[in-house]
Amino acid sequence: MFRSAGLLTSPHRCAKKLPMHVNWEGKEYLFEKPMLVSRLLEELKVNKEGHLVVANNRLVTEDHRLGADDNVKVIRVVSGG
Amino acid sequence: MKCRVCGQTASISLRSHKTAFCDTHFLVFFEKRVNTTIRRYGLIGDGDRPVVAVSGGKDSLSLWLLLTKMGVTADGVYVDLGIGDYSRVSLEKIKAVADRIGRKVHIFHVPDVFGGRGISEVARGLRRAPCSACGMIKRYVMNKVCMDKGYNLLLTGHNLDDEAAALFGNILYWKKEYLWKKDIALDAKEGHLSRKAKPFFLCSEREVAAYAIISGIDYIYEECPFSKGAKTIAYKGILGNLEEASPGTKLMFVKGYLKELREMKERRQNDREAGAGPEGEFCAVCGYPSGGGACGFCRTLQKFELPYSARFEEYG
Repeated sequence: MFRSAGLLTSPHRCAKKLPMHVNWEGKEYLFEKPMLVSRLLEELKVNKEGHLVVANNRLVTEDHRLGADDNVKVIRVVSGG
Repeated sequence: MKCRVCGQTASISLRSHKTAFCDTHFLVFFEKRVNTTIRRYGLIGDGDRPVVAVSGGKDSLSLWLLLTKMGVTADGVYVDLGIGDYSRVSLEKIKAVADRIGRKVHIFHVPDVFGGRGISEVARGLRRAPCSACGMIKRYVMNKVCMDKGYNLLLTGHNLDDEAAALFGNILYWKKEYLWKKDIALDAKEGHLSRKAKPFFLCSEREVAAYAIISGIDYIYEECPFSKGAKTIAYKGILGNLEEASPGTKLMFVKGYLKELREMKERRQNDREAGAGPEGEFCAVCGYPSGGGACGFCRTLQKFELPYSARFEEYG
C-alpha cells in the first residue's frame, strides 16, 4: 500500500518520473524527486537523532543524496516502555 | 561526509562526538568505547562469569555479540512473557544470535510457571499495569538464573537514552525514592542478589542501533504491544529534540548524574543495593531481597494459588 508524505505524488504520475521508494514503519512511501537524507527526514517530520537511514542495505549520513532507484528504509532507533 | 579515520564515504555521523565514520571504523570506535567504559568502571573482572539479559531487541543482542567479539564468554537469559507473536519472534531472533556466537540461552516461560497465564493476565490478576508486573518478574528471574546457574554478574543492554529518560522522569516528578538508585553497576548481596552492570550506559541508542545494523544483527524491530503510550518514549522524544538542538546534551546529563552519585555515595558511605529492602530482609520462600515478608514474585504465585517454581528451558 502506498501512503502520502511530503512530496508524494500518486503512483500513476510517479511512474513516468521514476519515484523514490521509501519504507518507513512497514509502509511504502513514494517521493517524486530524489533528495538528501536530511530533506527526507524533514519531509517525514521525524527527529534526526531518533532515526537512521539505510539505502541499498547500507547506512547513509544526512548529506547523502538518495537516488531514484535506491531502496530506502528509515529506521526508528527509539525503543522502550 | 567522510570517515574521520580513512577518508572513505561515512555511513554515520556522530554530532555529539563531532565526527563521522565508515562501517569498519564505526565498529572499531564503538567497541573501543564500550571496552573503555567496562575498564574505567570495573564492570567485568577476569574471574567473572557473566550472563546477558536478552530480549531480542537491538541493545541486548548487540551487547551479547560485542562481548563475544571482545573475548568475554557469556550465556543469555530470556523471559518469555507469553505475548503471542511478539514473544515468539523475539525468541527466534535470540536463538539465531545464540547459534551465531555459539552460546546457550536460559529461557523462562511465564505461562509455564503462572498456570498458563501470559504477562497480561498476570498483571490483570494483580491489578497492576503490564509493564509493572513485567519489570517485577524480569528482575526476579534474571537474578534467579544467576543464583541457580552460578553466574556472578548480570549484564543488561540499557543505553544512554534509557538512562537519560529514566533520570528525566525521576526529576520531572521528583521521585526521590528512585532518583539515586540508578547506577552503571550495582553491588551483589552474597547469596541473594547478583551484581549487575550496564556496559552501554554511555552509548546512545542511535549508536547501538547503528552497531546492530552494521553487524548484521536481525533484531526485533516491533515494540512490545504494551509499551504503547509509555512515558519513557515521550521523554526520549523530548531529549532527542534537545540533543538535535545541542549535541552532547544527553551524555552530559547522564555523566553529570554519575558524578553527583559518586560524590553522594562517598559522603554517605552507603552503597546500598538498588531495589533491595532494608539490610537483612529477605523473602522467606525463596531468599530474594524483599521489603518484608514474601517477595513480589512469591506473592504473585500465592495470589494465583500456585506452588513456587522458577524453572528454565535451555537452548544451545
